[in-house]
Amino acid sequence: MAVVELEKLVKDYAGFRAIHGVDLTIEDGEFCVFVGPSGCGKSTLLRMIAGLEEISDGELRIDGQRVNELRAAERGLAMVFQTYALYPHMTVRENLAFGLENIKTPKDEIKQRVDDAARMLQITEHLERRPKQLSGGQRQRVAIGRAVVREPKVFLFDEPLSNLDAELRVVMRGEISQLHRRLGNTMIYVTHDQVEAMTMADKIVVLKKGTIQQVGSPLDLYNRPANHFVAGFIGSPRMNFLEMTVAEVRNDGIVVEDSSRHRFEAAVSPEGVAVGEAVTVGVRPEHLEIGTERGQPVTVETIEQLGGESYLYCTDASGKPITVHKSGQTRIRAGETAQVFLPAEAIHVFRKDGTALERLRIGEEV
Amino acid sequence: MVWSFISRTRGRNRFDITDWLTWGYLIFGIVLMFGPVLWVALSSFKTDAALAEYPPTFLPLSAQTVTVPGYDKPLPLYEVTGGEHKGEVLAQIRRIGLNAQMVDPAHPDQKINVNINDRQPKRQFAVQWSNYTQLFKRFNFMRYFWNSVFITVVATIITVIFNSMAAFALAKYKFKGRTVVFLLIIATLMIPPTINLVPIYLVVNELGLVNTPWAVIWPAVATPTGVFLLRQYMLTIPDDLLDAARMDHASEWRVYWRIVLPLAAPAIAVLVIFSVMWRWNEFLWPLIVLTRSEQFTLQLALNAFQGDLQTSWSGLLAMTMLTLIPITIIFALLQKNITAGIAQSGVK
Amino acid sequence: MLKPFNSAVQLGYRTAFGLFEWPMASAQRLVGIRRIAWMFLLPNLIIFGAFTFLPIILNFFYATSGSDAILLSQRPYVGADNFASLLSCTNYLDPNTCRRDVFWRAVYNTGWFVVLQVGFMVLFSLLTALILNRKIPFRGFFRGVFFYPVLLSPVVVALIWKWILQRYGVLNAGLDAVGVTPVDWLTNANWAFFWIIFVSIWAHMGFYTLILLAGLQAIPSDVYEAAEMDGASRWRVFYRITMPLLMPTMVVVLVLSLIRAVQAFDEIFVLTGGGPGSATTLILQYIYETGFASRPQLFGLAAAASILMAVVLLVLTLLQLRATRSQAEG
Repeated sequence: MAVVELEKLVKDYAGFRAIHGVDLTIEDGEFCVFVGPSGCGKSTLLRMIAGLEEISDGELRIDGQRVNELRAAERGLAMVFQTYALYPHMTVRENLAFGLENIKTPKDEIKQRVDDAARMLQITEHLERRPKQLSGGQRQRVAIGRAVVREPKVFLFDEPLSNLDAELRVVMRGEISQLHRRLGNTMIYVTHDQVEAMTMADKIVVLKKGTIQQVGSPLDLYNRPANHFVAGFIGSPRMNFLEMTVAEVRNDGIVVEDSSRHRFEAAVSPEGVAVGEAVTVGVRPEHLEIGTERGQPVTVETIEQLGGESYLYCTDASGKPITVHKSGQTRIRAGETAQVFLPAEAIHVFRKDGTALERLRIGEEV
Repeated sequence: MVWSFISRTRGRNRFDITDWLTWGYLIFGIVLMFGPVLWVALSSFKTDAALAEYPPTFLPLSAQTVTVPGYDKPLPLYEVTGGEHKGEVLAQIRRIGLNAQMVDPAHPDQKINVNINDRQPKRQFAVQWSNYTQLFKRFNFMRYFWNSVFITVVATIITVIFNSMAAFALAKYKFKGRTVVFLLIIATLMIPPTINLVPIYLVVNELGLVNTPWAVIWPAVATPTGVFLLRQYMLTIPDDLLDAARMDHASEWRVYWRIVLPLAAPAIAVLVIFSVMWRWNEFLWPLIVLTRSEQFTLQLALNAFQGDLQTSWSGLLAMTMLTLIPITIIFALLQKNITAGIAQSGVK
Repeated sequence: MLKPFNSAVQLGYRTAFGLFEWPMASAQRLVGIRRIAWMFLLPNLIIFGAFTFLPIILNFFYATSGSDAILLSQRPYVGADNFASLLSCTNYLDPNTCRRDVFWRAVYNTGWFVVLQVGFMVLFSLLTALILNRKIPFRGFFRGVFFYPVLLSPVVVALIWKWILQRYGVLNAGLDAVGVTPVDWLTNANWAFFWIIFVSIWAHMGFYTLILLAGLQAIPSDVYEAAEMDGASRWRVFYRITMPLLMPTMVVVLVLSLIRAVQAFDEIFVLTGGGPGSATTLILQYIYETGFASRPQLFGLAAAASILMAVVLLVLTLLQLRATRSQAEG
């Protein structure tokens, strides 16, 4: 059981700062996901916690104790690698037992723990095989098993599912969540896939270029993205962004206007914006209303009809793409013109520096 | 059937001139490459008398003898090729001038005189094993063999350990001076030890190693080839495996010998083969530092043996065979690995 | 049978390396994970230092000092005398006019040897590689046939041929049988020189054949198929496709074999002993005999001669580096 605290963690490579002073507390038993595009420093941060990368500056504490100087093995963590990193010359059993042998655990205890872990992960029948003889999913289980037998304070996962095919990924996602519920350990999970982050996390940490963009629960990030980047990163398909200007500032919101003078009300805090200011307006595809009654005229370019839901890829008057997600089916055909409307409770407004205006009413919460 | 297999060329059915030339060349190649070795092998089983014969016979043959009642020693058998007893096989008792006194083994009491030009020695296939056995009895063959084996085995083990440790450091750690060390090692690839014979001799002499096997072993174990070969291979071992082992409480030493070394086994096998070949066949350096005959390696013993006028070809040929047999066996067993390893690394 | 052997090997492996575990782990705690790399490098570097780096420097001290003492402290400094002695000739084209006439004979012998041996060896290696690259059955076996002599020790190689070439050897018997007058191969200067070239080609050809074969097999087969579609004749395919694509490998083979040929010694020393006279004495044998085999031991002269040889090798190695680089780029 462990609390992991990061205080102003910095990682410098020769002439290049990869992590810019990260502050973060991961509570005991929490499932924390680091997410961000590749190169954002999420894996580096995880490896710093693991002890595989030196910490250039700042402090890392586990259960209140400074561990910067401790070796990887001495921090009481276990890690599941993206490539699984199973020792190819050892059997599954030897793979699981290697760490315990290294700390001179008695033989019968090793056997006990390995058998327990194998049973839990349903790999008992593969114990005497070599990693090469296993399928991707089985290897993944072995990699997790190797972490489990160590009974670590904290589990670290470095993009563990990225080498699996889509179907298996869903299954393993469920299994890792189940493992978390069962063991109750603190887990830190790195992924570039926001769907994994949304489905598994208690707490998501969004990273970009070595700095934290936002920390929060999955729905927090979805409903109240702190900035343009988080809004664009969380949610699928991606949020639509439109360049507009502030036309009116009211007490309970603002009114924005596009270049062809279509106006939309937005239920966001008017603090800190003035009339005439250029802003970026964001609306998720699933919140756009498409029809012929009101809103901005668009041309529908292509349509994906999935039966239960439909995606309409449109362009506005200036040729900018707008994606609309509609539940159910649609009668609109490709090539036709239509109108999209931005409901006030669905609008996100970002200032030019990318920060979001606070949303006052949120459609999806009611 | 066999013919169609041999003539199966490039999917064409015609067996044209280039195919004839190809097969001619290949068969010539077999004769030229294996022939000399085979000839030495056959010769090594001949008696000294048969070796001195000119023109030489192909197979090891020796004069056939027979024991005739009334004579103490076995008598050599001859076939009579002319005169009145033509076609008979007789035993020779003694030679008197141009005549040989002979006897028919079936009628021991009757002596026959035959002109010596009318008889041919009757010979049989006979393997002279004593050429080999006398090496063990009269010469210190086992001593030389043991010296060679000791040097080869010990030098190879040390080579593999030292080179793999250095390769591990160069492949898997980032530290100041890594590039410098690596370049220094690569640079020595270009400086063959033959250039430094004199000063290496001084170092070996100062360390008191002259006339010990260590004089051959130590200067040879830090092969730049080995370090380079292993480093290149270890670069392909994923770093994640090492990190996983570190998370598994493995010390760096344990990471090296439980993870990296077993995984580098294919490259190590190549290095082992090279090292065995180098040490077993090495000649000039041992020639300089091993001057006492009880320290001689097989190669030195062979060389000393051939320079010695007292030695007979029979012993020398047998010893040559015994020296090339271990390498031949290794080659026969590991031909594929050896050729693949050499083709990949381009070193010898 | 194999199982107990395997477990014995494993046990040996574990104990042997386990012995170092504690000292190395302590060292790791002591110097930290960053500097542990030096602990791994240490054994190799010590050996390198003692038997490679140090001797390179010492070589210059030997080359510039005289007398037959091995200890440097007992050797008087003579400056460039050794080099001057080696290089003083009235007529450089005639070794008899040189102060160190044997050295100059060795230099000329080595020169001829290098040119002829490398030239013919590369030619035959290429021919063999081309033939082995054809679709022939038992290719692995034939590759082995040509490679086999490479593994034989130089002493064995020399003795095999000595046995064949002796006055009453099988070669003369064969010639006799077809009516050719037998020759005393190794006591006739010209024939002896021919045979040292022949034998060293016989012994080393397989190695270069193997490298060339690897080079040939790296040429993608679709190039040949395209040429066949274009109706190119066999000769055209050879000199317009095979040769240009094989060129980088050829250069490597050429330079490697040049470097080896300059240092040739073992087989020749056993086969002819450098004779008759000094007809087959090469440069390395001169160094060996000057420094070690003859009394007094002229270490200075030997060191000076080896530095001169090193200069030649250095030039060849730089050629090789350029060749390998252009191969890597091409």
